[in-house]
Amino acid sequence: MRIKTKEFKILRYTYIMKIDIDHIANLAKLPLTQEQKDEFAPQLEKIVEFIEQLGELDTDNVEPTFQVTGKVNELREDKVVSFLTQEDVLSNAKSTDGDYITTEAVFKNH
Amino acid sequence: MAITSQQKQYLKTIKMYTIKEIIKGYNDKTLSSTDVFEHYLSQIEKLEPKLNSLITIREESAIMKSVNTDDKPIPVIHKDIFSTKGIETTAASNILKGYIAPYDATSVAKLKAKGFVTMAKSNLDAFAHGATGEHSDFGMTKNPYNLLHTPGGSSSGSAVAVAAGLSPLTTATDTGGSIRLPASYTNTVGIKPTYGRVSRFGIIAMTSSTDSIGHITKTVWDNAYILNITAGFDVNDATTARVDVPDYTQFVGKDINGLRVGIPDEYIKNLSPEIEQAFEESIKILEKKGVKIIRGIAMPHTKYGIKAYYIITPSEVSSNLARFDGIRFGHDRSHFGDEAKRRIMIGTFCLSSGYYDAYYLKAQKVRTLIIKDFKDAFTQVDALLAPVSPSLPPKLGKFANDPIKEYMMDVLTVPTNLAGVPALSIPAGFSKSGLPIGVQFISDHFNEGLLYQLGNALEQETQYYKIEPKLD
Repeated sequence: MRIKTKEFKILRYTYIMKIDIDHIANLAKLPLTQEQKDEFAPQLEKIVEFIEQLGELDTDNVEPTFQVTGKVNELREDKVVSFLTQEDVLSNAKSTDGDYITTEAVFKNH
Repeated sequence: MAITSQQKQYLKTIKMYTIKEIIKGYNDKTLSSTDVFEHYLSQIEKLEPKLNSLITIREESAIMKSVNTDDKPIPVIHKDIFSTKGIETTAASNILKGYIAPYDATSVAKLKAKGFVTMAKSNLDAFAHGATGEHSDFGMTKNPYNLLHTPGGSSSGSAVAVAAGLSPLTTATDTGGSIRLPASYTNTVGIKPTYGRVSRFGIIAMTSSTDSIGHITKTVWDNAYILNITAGFDVNDATTARVDVPDYTQFVGKDINGLRVGIPDEYIKNLSPEIEQAFEESIKILEKKGVKIIRGIAMPHTKYGIKAYYIITPSEVSSNLARFDGIRFGHDRSHFGDEAKRRIMIGTFCLSSGYYDAYYLKAQKVRTLIIKDFKDAFTQVDALLAPVSPSLPPKLGKFANDPIKEYMMDVLTVPTNLAGVPALSIPAGFSKSGLPIGVQFISDHFNEGLLYQLGNALEQETQYYKIEPKLD
């Protein structure tokens, strides 16, 4: 496995990290403080070192298993069924407006 | 027939009932539903403050209202990862504090229909991420056999509630050992059914390809009785199996003479001495009852299981926890606890562009090899016997800053989750210091009956379930 690395600066020292925490936290929409990033960085590095030991196993001719009991295509009739009322569905939303859940604007300046 | 005062006196000395005893009591009319529920509610009031095994306890009036509408009501406590309509459901995370589930999980509904009344929601490692019960946002749960030690996790509260006699039944989930580990640490019986045997609908998802829905009880018969109710195809969970549900209680009490039980080599390395001793004693008991023990069953890919698991699980977790956007329900994503954040990040990393093949896809290939190990083993034996944990329940706080050491607690349980095969944790004794030890029977897909048959034989011989924690 070719591992991309990123330079990570703590004080005057540069560490080569396997995980680009800023990038990953952004992809996962996880708001992290700088303190949290500094705390998690070495823990995550250790975990990645641990799991990449899997690389020593030869799996070239092995098919992956995504679903253990081999079930495929469980379909049902295309019929409308009732499950929850609108009231139920909106009951835990922080902010609603009539039948809608409201949220922060995605587009600014429009 | 009214209960005599003499009978009432006898009832007060019984600290814990089994489900079987409650049903018998109702049929014989020696127990009333008020007796049963008042007993458990007072046990909760008395013991829960020492244990912190529960997150939400329903109002007594609400419980008794449900009790009075049923013929033979039996108490249940649900792991707080099960959606229970009208009752706060948090997954032990601040992100879902105040979330009131608008519907019941299928498992919850099935038990309700059979007269099981929800008393409370039990504590867990938040989002089921953990093996010690210390990762709850609502405080850690203590082991009733020694309050300084962990009860195991993630179904920490569920195991403790049964062990301490707060309920005869609790529901739980096992994704990497989360039923079997706490059951083995608390002298209780925990089933991890075959993947797809019990519906996952309404249960907050962790690892969609390994989550297995089970329960914890004091005895094997009780456990089998409950699986009869929860197992089966569910139209709301497409991964549930269209396989008939037998009467699992019929297997309890069946003779085990002539069955072949294998001991997998890789599971008996590096065991602490007292675990090894308890394990060997279990083997002796089975041999005495005519079981053919076959040692040296090779399962060469076992050691890769934990690494494959800690790629697959965080990957699927990062996807499943993406729904917590703080808009439709719950609070914003900064409310996740540390372990959830770690797993989301590892998972996002493993699935990200340039890394997917090397990590997630690779782990799913290793999974194929682990499944093959089990399939090969089951051509030689009917079932496997293995310890559940290589060590005794650790002290609280032991793995505080060492995620990998905590991950290693699952080393003997994750291979069964990766393969989707069922396993049953049975009490197997106690250490010199009084800490519980368990063993697990493992069988091929949909062969839970055999697990109950073997487990019951061990239980009848040892009667360990009668040893209650000293909490008064």
